Amino acid sequence: MKPDSKFDTLVKNTKDVNFTLFGEVVTAPKGSTLAAVILSHSGDTFRQTETGALRSAFCMMGVCFECLVEVNGNQNTQSCMILIEDKMVVKRQVGLRQIEICEND
Amino acid sequence: MTDYDIIIIGAGPAGMSAASVAANGGLDVLLLDEQPDAGGQVYRNIKQNETEKNWFGNDYSSGKHLVNAINCNKITKYFNATVWRVEKNKRVIWSHNGESKISAASHIVLATGAQERPFPFPGWTLPGVMTVGSAQILMKSSGIFPKEAVLVGSGPLLYLVATQMIDANCPPKALLETQTLRMMMNSLIHLPKALLNMKSLIKGFMFIQKIKSAGVPRYKSVSRLKAQSSENGSIKFLFLHKGIRRSLTTKLLLIHQGVIPSTEISRSIGVDHSWNKSQLAFQPIIDKWGKTNIDGIYIAGDCAGINGSNAAVLYGKKVATKILYETGKVSFYFYTKQSLCIRTRLFFTNSVRLFLDTIFAVPQEILLPSDETIVCRCEEKTVGEVKLGLNEGICGVRQLKTSIRSGMGLCQGRMCDATIRSIMLHNTSQDDKTILAPKARSPLKPITLGEMSKIKKD
Repeated sequence: MKPDSKFDTLVKNTKDVNFTLFGEVVTAPKGSTLAAVILSHSGDTFRQTETGALRSAFCMMGVCFECLVEVNGNQNTQSCMILIEDKMVVKRQVGLRQIEICEND
Repeated sequence: MTDYDIIIIGAGPAGMSAASVAANGGLDVLLLDEQPDAGGQVYRNIKQNETEKNWFGNDYSSGKHLVNAINCNKITKYFNATVWRVEKNKRVIWSHNGESKISAASHIVLATGAQERPFPFPGWTLPGVMTVGSAQILMKSSGIFPKEAVLVGSGPLLYLVATQMIDANCPPKALLETQTLRMMMNSLIHLPKALLNMKSLIKGFMFIQKIKSAGVPRYKSVSRLKAQSSENGSIKFLFLHKGIRRSLTTKLLLIHQGVIPSTEISRSIGVDHSWNKSQLAFQPIIDKWGKTNIDGIYIAGDCAGINGSNAAVLYGKKVATKILYETGKVSFYFYTKQSLCIRTRLFFTNSVRLFLDTIFAVPQEILLPSDETIVCRCEEKTVGEVKLGLNEGICGVRQLKTSIRSGMGLCQGRMCDATIRSIMLHNTSQDDKTILAPKARSPLKPITLGEMSKIKKD
């Protein structure tokens, strides 16, 4: 079961962006940063480090690189630095970024 | 070839004021910021919050005129624009929507502001531990407020955010201050000068009164901080208070230990830096006009030493006035009159600084955390590992990076440089003078090789 969010939503904006967050379809206000939506959606963590430690957003201003997630297949995306978009697919990042190997080469 | 007269990096108080003064004087300005909109962290999201209920106070609202002033056709603005390289020949390479561009100018103003000082203690990497600044960013930009958070640390922002949380009816569960009686005693000598900025002192006093009257429990002079994860993702926070070991359980632990200048860009171009003893941070060496040792590179605001947002606005104006004069856009009379007025106001604004630096001094256990504490969050390296390396003869940040990988992660040392410096200071024979500012190199933010290879030349 996912833990409750650690935040209260005080300003109710219109919710008009639909996207997939950790396998679940969520609706959130346009103009929000992805990290803010993850934090207000639940108390879930953002990623796992190489050693398996759990991490969540920390600085919210692009400095600490703790809020990394995979967005539309792009790993190591700083979720505090991007705004949510319709049909975005966000996955939890486990371990370090994986390098894709092209089989054609 | 130059595309603009000035490129300003950072659209916070310093960058916005520099941009509007320069544009009004007739210069073409390129203003770049990596956040979604103008305002910096201080006036973050101010455009959107205009009509909302005002939890953030009058200081925040005062940022509106700065944001309005940059709406002029002489200023080309890009947000979500990440500068990843600045060259001595005044070329700036920046990434926007997955594409990198090169822009050139005859003058560059760095107004990159500050970041929160790393606040390491055992457990500071746990989910559920965030910075006080991050909570304020969420409040301003997303309208989400911390639930029953415990605030711990030191510095003006700690009190400001606590009062904003009280006003928004989400008061902190407790306020834990690392400030000691000794720090307060040490600051008394700077109090007479600080009285010249009475407004700031009164503001601080009002914050504390509000926290007291809201009945938020305060624990002063806390030490031996430690966070552990508890059930349901909560944090069990242990600390020493008046000789008694106490613990508080909270969903969200918000930590703050002041702010330090963001100097990645200035360090990467080769601007000289010096150690600020009272602020315990490296800062670029600039003259009274904001000029650096590199021709055409200017610095304004908190990235040149912490003085706060009011001072940053004035520094931005000062730098822009200097550039206007140098490019022949204003007369010597205007320039002298303007700069005298700015410098007088800066004298009064900054008179409170030494007092604040001393009263909110960084506690020793943050400068030298216990061996089990993670110092480098990205590479998950502990203080003990760094010390062991130093004892085995590693000298300097560079050798530490290559041998134990501390400071080699994605944040490029932003979250550990400050702590590693103080560990080096206490565990080697090096002193304040011999430990130099660590090198910073481009790309200053991670960028894909694919994007780099597609840069179009002008």
